[in-house]
Amino acid sequence: MIEVKNITKSFDGKTVLHGIDGVFKPGITNLIIGTSGTGKSVLLKCMVGLIEPDEGEVTYDQRDFTHVDRNHRRDIRREIGMLFQGAALFDSKTVEENVKFPLDMLTKMPNDEKLDRVNLVLDRVGLENVNRKMPSELSGGMKKRVGIARAIVNQSKYLFCDEPNSGLDPETANLIDALIQEITIEYNITTIVVTHDMNSVMKIGENIMYMYNGQKLWEGNKNEILETEVPELHKFIYANQLVRALKAEGST
Amino acid sequence: MKGIGRYFIFISLLFVKRESFKTYFRQIVEECIIIGVDSLVIVTIVATFIGAVTTIQTAYNLVNPMIPDYIISVVVRDMTLLELAPTVTALIFAGKVGSNIAGELGTMRITEQIDALEVMGINSISFLALPKIIASILMYPMLVTLAAFLSIMGGYFAGTMAHVITPEDYIYGIRADFIEFNVAFALIKAVVFAILISSISSYKGYYTTGGALEVGKASTAAVTNSCIAILMADYLLAELLL
Repeated sequence: MIEVKNITKSFDGKTVLHGIDGVFKPGITNLIIGTSGTGKSVLLKCMVGLIEPDEGEVTYDQRDFTHVDRNHRRDIRREIGMLFQGAALFDSKTVEENVKFPLDMLTKMPNDEKLDRVNLVLDRVGLENVNRKMPSELSGGMKKRVGIARAIVNQSKYLFCDEPNSGLDPETANLIDALIQEITIEYNITTIVVTHDMNSVMKIGENIMYMYNGQKLWEGNKNEILETEVPELHKFIYANQLVRALKAEGST
Repeated sequence: MKGIGRYFIFISLLFVKRESFKTYFRQIVEECIIIGVDSLVIVTIVATFIGAVTTIQTAYNLVNPMIPDYIISVVVRDMTLLELAPTVTALIFAGKVGSNIAGELGTMRITEQIDALEVMGINSISFLALPKIIASILMYPMLVTLAAFLSIMGGYFAGTMAHVITPEDYIYGIRADFIEFNVAFALIKAVVFAILISSISSYKGYYTTGGALEVGKASTAAVTNSCIAILMADYLLAELLL
């Protein structure tokens, strides 16, 4: 379980996060949603330590992450997997080397075991015969799958996904969403997905935090979100024609 | 001043919580190939022609018949060892290797590859920059040694083919009043320049923000700042060691 308490962050005098609180439980997909520039990614980066919050704290299973030294933080970070917006695969390494990288760096596993583990996770994300390919030879969806494989190869307890569907066609986006949800349940991971894609919200939103102008305005699940009375959230979700149609269908 | 302070913090972070040297070994070998072996062609061409041109121009300037011909190769030798091989090669090295390092790290920064390393709990500064700096320290003195040899050889061929000096005079001049410390001085310069070029370029690339345009700017800044640092260090070393 990941808990954030009173996370506040400013850049050049402009506050982009106003005292955010939240609890993210394992085994369910936790979503942070909101329009672009609302502070979702900054919150995510504060949670993984890529940005230091001005105030507040982040705990991983009751272990403080914010006010600890580099060594303790490093121990927690080694339990974190992250899927970046552009997958962030290492250009100079093959798919196999990319996925094996966390094992090379963080474990003393024999090489055969590492390769077995790499093949297992690549198989799990639905990729076969790509071990020798370079990232530049992969499609956007395949890169995201490799990114997920790399994030879970070290049996991470926490999975962060920063806009996993950006730049993908709807079909591939659905597959990635389904994969994230399946992996979350299968390995009982605490998963946090930052997105502004309403299709993802309606598909995998088991715990949703809505952010607006750096503040948490609403929290609930995909069943509750359509009934929201919060005007900003209402505007956000019904900007999508498909959701409007679903709502209309539901009310008739 | 803020930039200089940040640069020294960057340097100090190279050695904090780094991974084991075993982890770096393969990377250092790969970097040695990129930094050293891939620079051979340009260093060979530049050094050979610099030696050739220095010989011809020195001969052109020595018009007094009282000055023996072998002085031409004495001048070529000392200029090569003291300045041309370490410094001019460093400027070429900064252009080729410095821009490459800054471009590579800048691209890794804007595509979040550096963030990916940090999230895994890896000291990305040490992991990415240290192998490049070590490889530069290992390879650049070798390149300077090669450049010095080729420059003197270039002078020999140019001088003898243009009939401005006989082969015997050239060889005699190369050996005359040889100061061994000049070789050590060239190698000291080489190590200092290698550290400056690789660390400044890594620093510029690592802290790139923005997009592709900023990566280009970081590469340019890496080369410019490296060249300025080389020239300043060149002067300081000459004042301190000669």
